[in-house]
Amino acid sequence: MSTAYAQKNGFFAGLWDYLTTVDHKKIAILYLIAGGFFFLVGGIEAMLIRIQLIQPDNEFVSAGLYNQLLTMHGTTMIFLAAMPLIFTLMNIAVPLQIGARDVAFPFLNSLGFWLFFFGGVLLNCSWFMGGAPDAGWTAYAPLSTTSPGHGVDFYVMGLQISGAGTLIGGINFLVTIINMRAPGMTYMRMPLFTWSSLVTSVLILFAFPALTVGLFLMMFDRLFGANFFDPSMGGNHVIWEHLFWIFGHPEVYILVLPLFGLFSDIISTFSKKRLFGYSAMVFATVLIGFLGFMVWAHHMFTTGLGPVANSIFAIATMAIAVPTGIKIFNWLFTMWGGSIRMTVPMLWTVAFIPSFTLGGFGGVMLAAAAADYQYHDTYFVVAHFHYVIVGGVVFGLFAGLTYWWPKMFGTMLNEKMGKLAFWPFFVGFHLTFFIQHFLGLMGMPRRYWKFQPDQGLEIGNLVSTLGAFLMAIGTIIFLINVVMTTMKGEKVSGDPWDARTLEWSIPSPPPFYNFTQTPLVRGLDALWVEKRHGNGKMTPAEPLGDIHMPNNSFIPFMMSLGLFIAGFGFIYQVDDSSFLILAIAGMAITLLSMFVRSVKDDLGYHIHKEDLEKGAGSE
Amino acid sequence: MKGWMGKSRILLLFSSLMLFLAGCGDPQLSALQPKGEGADVIYDLMMLSVIIMVFVGVVVMAIYFFVLIRFRQKKDHEDYIPKQVEGNKFLELLWTVVPIILLVVLAVPTVQKTFMLADTTPAEDKKEDAITIEVTGKQYWWHYNYKGQEVQTSQDLYIPTGERVYLKLTAGDVIHSFWVPSVSGKMDTNPGKNENEMFLHAYEEGVYYGKCAEFCGPSHSLMDFKVIAVSPEEFDQWAEDMKNVNTDATPESQSAQEGKELFKNKNCIACHAIGSSPAAVGPNLTAFGDRVQIAGILDNNKENLIQWLQHPEEVKPGNKMTGKYGNTEAEVPLTDDEASKIADYLLQLKPSEITPEDAQ
Ligand code: HEM
Ligand SMILES: [Cu+2]
Repeated sequence: MSTAYAQKNGFFAGLWDYLTTVDHKKIAILYLIAGGFFFLVGGIEAMLIRIQLIQPDNEFVSAGLYNQLLTMHGTTMIFLAAMPLIFTLMNIAVPLQIGARDVAFPFLNSLGFWLFFFGGVLLNCSWFMGGAPDAGWTAYAPLSTTSPGHGVDFYVMGLQISGAGTLIGGINFLVTIINMRAPGMTYMRMPLFTWSSLVTSVLILFAFPALTVGLFLMMFDRLFGANFFDPSMGGNHVIWEHLFWIFGHPEVYILVLPLFGLFSDIISTFSKKRLFGYSAMVFATVLIGFLGFMVWAHHMFTTGLGPVANSIFAIATMAIAVPTGIKIFNWLFTMWGGSIRMTVPMLWTVAFIPSFTLGGFGGVMLAAAAADYQYHDTYFVVAHFHYVIVGGVVFGLFAGLTYWWPKMFGTMLNEKMGKLAFWPFFVGFHLTFFIQHFLGLMGMPRRYWKFQPDQGLEIGNLVSTLGAFLMAIGTIIFLINVVMTTMKGEKVSGDPWDARTLEWSIPSPPPFYNFTQTPLVRGLDALWVEKRHGNGKMTPAEPLGDIHMPNNSFIPFMMSLGLFIAGFGFIYQVDDSSFLILAIAGMAITLLSMFVRSVKDDLGYHIHKEDLEKGAGSE
Repeated sequence: MKGWMGKSRILLLFSSLMLFLAGCGDPQLSALQPKGEGADVIYDLMMLSVIIMVFVGVVVMAIYFFVLIRFRQKKDHEDYIPKQVEGNKFLELLWTVVPIILLVVLAVPTVQKTFMLADTTPAEDKKEDAITIEVTGKQYWWHYNYKGQEVQTSQDLYIPTGERVYLKLTAGDVIHSFWVPSVSGKMDTNPGKNENEMFLHAYEEGVYYGKCAEFCGPSHSLMDFKVIAVSPEEFDQWAEDMKNVNTDATPESQSAQEGKELFKNKNCIACHAIGSSPAAVGPNLTAFGDRVQIAGILDNNKENLIQWLQHPEEVKPGNKMTGKYGNTEAEVPLTDDEASKIADYLLQLKPSEITPEDAQ
């Protein structure tokens, strides 16, 4: 067991450090870079889609390419942008909010990231290898199982690999939150972001296996000639719809719940008030998580399940509006009587409330099964889910990144620029998507490459595209802000927002071992309690002692790389069985890496008390 | 900044109001101007939900703006610490119970209408003459078989006004979804044995636009069709004409006669039936001359027809006609002359006196 930690410098040393890191704060940065990159890719795809739809009968992109763009936009945004960016937030904040030194399984944390990353890269390789998947992000059989070329194969393999990463990440946070809370941090004292991360992790645990199973069946249909989904061979394509949505519906709650938690933290921080109805908020979060699993078939009202099933799922879906409403009112009443500071994180949060409420209205309208016969698969749905996903998730990501930027990097994003980015994005967002409700009702189905002239759909589509350009401008300003902030590199204090929760009680960025001494938590909003009733600092729960740290490891990277290589092998063995060699080689790399991990002792190292006293390691 | 937010909101409100006043799109297509029983029933439900939502929205927005204006941090009050309120039992109960009541108000008619729209057994007294049509969705066109009537058509669906017409829906390849927004909601067409049912009931005569609503491949957005609702008498006439169509009739013009020969020789007939034959690899062309549009999207004229015959792939990417007829080696499968003659033949196929014009 080593006791040394050497400081290395230089670009390659830094790169190596990130390729092997198991530190949750560095993994957060990895998720940020990769997720941010994929967010831009998905955004470019969205812009191309909207440019194609700027006027009727447009010939900007071909039908085939349009469907690839559409499929990859949806898939990328959900799996490769929103999910990892949420993991960014969870990685940066959850261990710090509960007073832990790291997540429960640092090695698995790194493995989760690399699996996601290589899965996403594999998926996007399809662009350069004969065409991307083109059956929609929902990949309904038999369109997906009969789609020519290898596009859908990349979808299957890419999502399988990156989905495994997400599942691992979710389990990790589940264990972390249950097991690693500082003394005094009871469940009912956890910050709401941690609470919602806990519920989200449970959802990941139950939802992703359904996706895994669905993807396996599809893999066997497409790559090995099985017929699970082929009706002409005795299969049933409706099974895919069920499996997909048993995963897919909870997925939207996986995306949005952590941000509900985040908004709660932000609202209480910037209103200087504790959260109104804390226990009701916790209860509502859990209830939403539970109901999220009960309603998948509301995506299938027109599939032909019959009026009994449709009615049951309609009512179950409507029920979700109740806990969601409780949340909205609790947020409003947290601000009531407070002293509201309109910082950039708060601005995004304040914008979220009406946007998400509108999205929720759309949701209740869609839940009315009979009415869904008109809305389903139209632009009404596109409008609804973007209201929820952009108005909830993307607004939340902007809020969260701005909020925790100082904690991650020790520098503060410029507030003026932040507001300058907010306004075009906010106005553009409503321009783009509000009008799409009407486009849908006026008869425009979704996933339309072209719409016909003289059917009354011109103005709506034009407005929608112009709005998308405004959103792009907002995003670019945000990026400029990031670059400028990084270049300037002005350091800030550990608690630049005058916040309430534990993560703000330590320096920004935190030392790699987070807390020199585990803090003692004496109430909800631990730091606030100390600020009001103590000396403004956390009281340690333990004497100063040695800290045990895990070693860095290159194994997660290698394991994921092996699967990445094997993925190509599985996909191309259909054309030429000699590609099976790639599959075998890739699997061998993965298994060998697992073997090395199993037999090699890796006990980590200690930071000694004396070094801590000297302030060592607080890089 | 607050003023800004207020303004953009008002702008949004007005632009949406304008849309409403402008009549919301094409009356043949819009779900907001119901012209049939299904669309009508759904429209009422939609409006009920909108009213409930507007009510909730007004309450939320009132509190929202009040809070944002009233409780902003005041200058020189940076040190002010508000009272840390834990919650309020009464308020929290209130915003749990009221939404539940509102949802019940919405849920009851939802269930009622869901069952009503799913009721596809013809009413007792009309059982005898209720019309049942088998609808099949294919990449990227629609086939109709009038049950017990020996009438088969494609693309344009003729129905009588004033009564429910029952549909049995399936698909021939991938999932499609049959949607005529101004007459009724949509229903998926599943491949295999998963047959779905729905009914169409148009109040007035008219040519209604239908769309495929389930993503089905490259030309998904071009899978348009028409529902032509005519009076019951006209419908009977139409069905009679269609039954008695003489497929052997010799076309009047010379070029159409030659076109008829080419239709056989160039392999068109392998996929397209004329008359009531169930060969349904491609659309049935019996009443082609009366079609509202060619391939669902091109205006029905000779020029467009020739364009379709020579370059189907340019009109509908991924369609199943490409490369299956004519000289498949050549750049265009049919020469200009051949295409022109076949077009003459097809365009004079008008077996019925009842045409889409009668529906206007
Ligand atoms: C710049 C912002 C965005 C714009 C302008 C935009 C635009 C669009 C458009 C036009 C479609 C196609 C609708 C259709 O033809 O049916 C679409 C689909 C979709 N979008 Fe977005 N989008 C944006 C952001 C996002 C984000 C942030 C997410 C999720 C995190 C997202 C998720 C989806 C999904 C899941 C689909 C469905 C894809 C499919 O049907 O296969 N979008 N978007
Ligand atoms: Cu279709």
